[in-house]
Amino acid sequence: MAPRGIHARSTAETSLRKRHARARLFALFCAAVTWAGAALLMLLLYQISVNGFKWFDVQFLTSFPSRFPYKAGIKSALVGTLWLISLVAIISIPIGVATALYLEEFGKKGRLGRMVEINIANLAGVPSIVYGIIGLAVFVRGLGLERSLISGALTMSLLILPVIIIASREAIKVVPMTIRHAAFALGATRWQTAWSHVLPASFPGILTGVILALSRAIGETAPLIMIGALTYVAFLPEGPMDAFTALPIQIFNWVSRPQEEFHELAAGAIIVLLIVLLTMNATAIFIRHRAEKKRG
Amino acid sequence: MAIRSSIRKGGVRWGEFSIEVGLACCTLISVITTAAIIFVLVKETLGFFSHVTPAEFLFGTRWVPLLKPSSFGVLPLLWGTLIVTVGAAIIAIPIGLASAVYLSEYASAKVRSTVKPVLELLAGIPTVVYGYFALTFVTPVLKTVIPQIQVFNALSGAIVVGLMILPMIASLSDNALRAVPDTLRQGAYAVGATSYEVTTQVVVPTALSGIMASFLLAISRAIGETMAVTLAAGATPNLSMSMLESIQTMTAYIVQVSLGDTPAGGVAYQTLFAVAALLFLITLLLNIISQWILRRYREVYD
Repeated sequence: MAPRGIHARSTAETSLRKRHARARLFALFCAAVTWAGAALLMLLLYQISVNGFKWFDVQFLTSFPSRFPYKAGIKSALVGTLWLISLVAIISIPIGVATALYLEEFGKKGRLGRMVEINIANLAGVPSIVYGIIGLAVFVRGLGLERSLISGALTMSLLILPVIIIASREAIKVVPMTIRHAAFALGATRWQTAWSHVLPASFPGILTGVILALSRAIGETAPLIMIGALTYVAFLPEGPMDAFTALPIQIFNWVSRPQEEFHELAAGAIIVLLIVLLTMNATAIFIRHRAEKKRG
Repeated sequence: MAIRSSIRKGGVRWGEFSIEVGLACCTLISVITTAAIIFVLVKETLGFFSHVTPAEFLFGTRWVPLLKPSSFGVLPLLWGTLIVTVGAAIIAIPIGLASAVYLSEYASAKVRSTVKPVLELLAGIPTVVYGYFALTFVTPVLKTVIPQIQVFNALSGAIVVGLMILPMIASLSDNALRAVPDTLRQGAYAVGATSYEVTTQVVVPTALSGIMASFLLAISRAIGETMAVTLAAGATPNLSMSMLESIQTMTAYIVQVSLGDTPAGGVAYQTLFAVAALLFLITLLLNIISQWILRRYREVYD
């Protein structure tokens, strides 16, 4: 850690002034670049809202997609997304939290535990489209579930499981050891300790992680295209075995059409998607904030 | 009560035991997932290699899988992925690092506490939204500057993928910079260094492994990125040096095939898995390297 240049160049008065000028310039540069980047990303949101609000009304929310832009809406996509995310939540939350509990509270911290840990960290980095391919091969073709909601939900669950597990483990890790010791001292079993003490104490952290993971699932497009969610659906799914579409798929479909009107419809659907995501993220941040305050 | 009865049975608490087994089974699911990914990719890729030799796949320069006469050289897809990723990295790495430096070294606590959550929100914007941005904003703007640019082009894809990974680089690098102990900064200031010298010669070198890990993670995400490049860069596999032309990335090819109705079992269907296996290997390698760098970095502070 020897900062070489510092000693070599610090003697002369002029070079000192030059160095301070350079420091100021550098600070300015970093600030400017940050705000430029932020401005670009704001531009994206601005551009979407300008185009999207043209079509944004009740009819847009309550109509099926159509060949005619003025008649088209996102009813089936919105309902499909709600179905999908509910199924994903039912499947992935219990499995994810159970895995985190096992790894933190039950599993032996040996070589095997370490390998499972590395395995989960790597699963989190697998591109979503690879999960899509596995969903296609295993759920759609292998298990014969067809291009149904349940195929999509299972694929998405595999995709977000690592995220839920990692977040839940972090939340469980910060629960003080003294709480466990107190429970054990009173004769509680491992499971009683985990269920009535560790889990409630880590609940806000787990909930935050789960919400963020689910919001990722809501925005994912590629895996759903892989398992063959349909792009034109003029009916509502009534059960997990039905075909479906979802918001990101509908957006993709509209964006890939050449006509201007459909691009604006896509912007409208993006607004709905972003509102859903923003609400979920804000909830997560709020929960985290409250838990931090409580902890002091 | 329950405890006493289980003691009588010989010390094994069956309820407790079955719960532990149940939890262990849940843990097994993620192991099975990995096994399934590897099994499916290997099985179908081996099937593909019975039609096409690995050498032809890896070193062939023409990718025409769906038409006759077909040719299965994956290099054009790799090339498309490479130029989009490199372009995105050229945009996102300097801006991301400068933003991280600003946030951790210069910004006030108030600015930081607002910008940081916004970065996290931006990192959560779905990639199909960036695809929309590429087609409806970036490409038209590029068209007015460079009139000969194609509607689908690699440049637009690289720009939006760069924008997409920017919040991730800024946020992760900021974490790495903040982990540098303040005593190092104070020591450097004490011997008369300016803020520029402290940042470039002390803080950034100390946090370098964390910063590199964030770059690698972002690059791995750019490689695996699908919807933005599919929408922006088109579906023309070629080895063109020009970023103004339409190209095709590995992920865009997978989407293109699965949008059509490809019958299971054919060579075209198997190409999906061969390309996905390559994609999986590349991103896995990058992730392992970044984890390795991070682990070494942790040892410094423990």
